[in-house]
Amino acid sequence: MSRQATTSQTVGPFFSIGMTRMKRDDLVSAGASGERVTISGQVFDGDGKPVSDAILEIWQANTYGKYAHPADQQDKPVEASFSGYGRIPTDDEGKFRFTTIKPGQVPDLEGKLQAPHIVVSVFARGLLRRLVTRIYFPDEPTNAADFVLNLVEPSRRETLIAKMIAGVNGALKWDVILQGSSETVFFDCGL
Amino acid sequence: MAKIAPYRRPNPDTQPPYLHPAYVSTIKRAPAKSLIYLPHTLSEVTGPSFTGAAIDVKACDLTRQHSGNPLGERIIVSGRVMDEEGRPLRHSLIEVWQANAAGRYLHKRDQHNAPLDPNFTGCGHTLTDAEGRYRFVTIRPGAYPWGNHHNAWRPAHIHFSLFGAAFASRLVTQMYFPGDPLLPFDPVFNSTADENARNRLISLFDWENTIPSQALGFKFDIVLSGREATPMET
Ligand SMILES: [Fe+2]
Repeated sequence: MSRQATTSQTVGPFFSIGMTRMKRDDLVSAGASGERVTISGQVFDGDGKPVSDAILEIWQANTYGKYAHPADQQDKPVEASFSGYGRIPTDDEGKFRFTTIKPGQVPDLEGKLQAPHIVVSVFARGLLRRLVTRIYFPDEPTNAADFVLNLVEPSRRETLIAKMIAGVNGALKWDVILQGSSETVFFDCGL
Repeated sequence: MAKIAPYRRPNPDTQPPYLHPAYVSTIKRAPAKSLIYLPHTLSEVTGPSFTGAAIDVKACDLTRQHSGNPLGERIIVSGRVMDEEGRPLRHSLIEVWQANAAGRYLHKRDQHNAPLDPNFTGCGHTLTDAEGRYRFVTIRPGAYPWGNHHNAWRPAHIHFSLFGAAFASRLVTQMYFPGDPLLPFDPVFNSTADENARNRLISLFDWENTIPSQALGFKFDIVLSGREATPMET
């Protein structure tokens, strides 16, 4: 029997001491190509109260659908100016906001392209392990055939799809509801 | 391009549940609906990497971040980061944070009536070396009270954040100290069903890395999920 992965424990309420150094809420360095988007939202608990001690981490491909990682062997351009990693804490009102590039499409397990998406880890006091979810984009025709969205019952898919903020170009809204009737879809990703 | 070797999934008993009512904050924050099983795609088997440029080499010594020495018992915490097969995770970022020797965090929301230490911030980071090894110099954190239940005290611990090679291997945990009498009473430590898994969170006293007249050593090895050798049918 091989080893087992180390047991997860909560980040607790004081994670900002260790995690603020790498706060990254603007993923777009000069020279990164693609469509710039700003995604904002709020994290809520099961009572609908904002969660002021949560922190999101995001990971995504660049505009070409290429991850800055050796396991991505696609013949697509990597951009030194776009790492694809972000870390965004919530504020006293449970709000967060980050600016990034809308990712391109990456393949699923069959080699078919997934809809553009951002993978998200949610850490917070009271979460003994992270929660894993995804952000998809509104008005995106590829959503309908996306392999992961189709793992989710239709009535809950909308929790994964950011909404356009009317009148503001490139501004999207996406909330995280930890618990309740409109609970965000969370995935079992292993750890 | 089609088949992707996924990351290993832990035996469920070795990881905590989301809902663990003894840890009261989980009651309103644990998802109520079942998680949806996510096969690992390219999005999950890739992840951020942090190279030397993002690292302050002095940040592995938490006792030298200010003009004076922090109060408390100087310790050396070291170990190896590996996957389930024992393969080292090389050049991988580790972040740590902790309370000071009095059990107080340098944080605006920490209300504990214990002194701050002007010479201790309680945060550090480092990269593992080519064999997956890491080493921090710090002070032994104090136990601290919290509001979870009557007379609740967290056992002394250091928070660890690790990335490993991919999104799927991301882990945040806490390291404890051997012989701590508070461990049997701590709902965070005891949230995991598997006793052996829990006990692996307790560091070992480490003679080998104890420095005469300087600092006690503690050893804490960390295992992150590694990739399956071959693609699996899904
Ligand atoms: Fe803590």
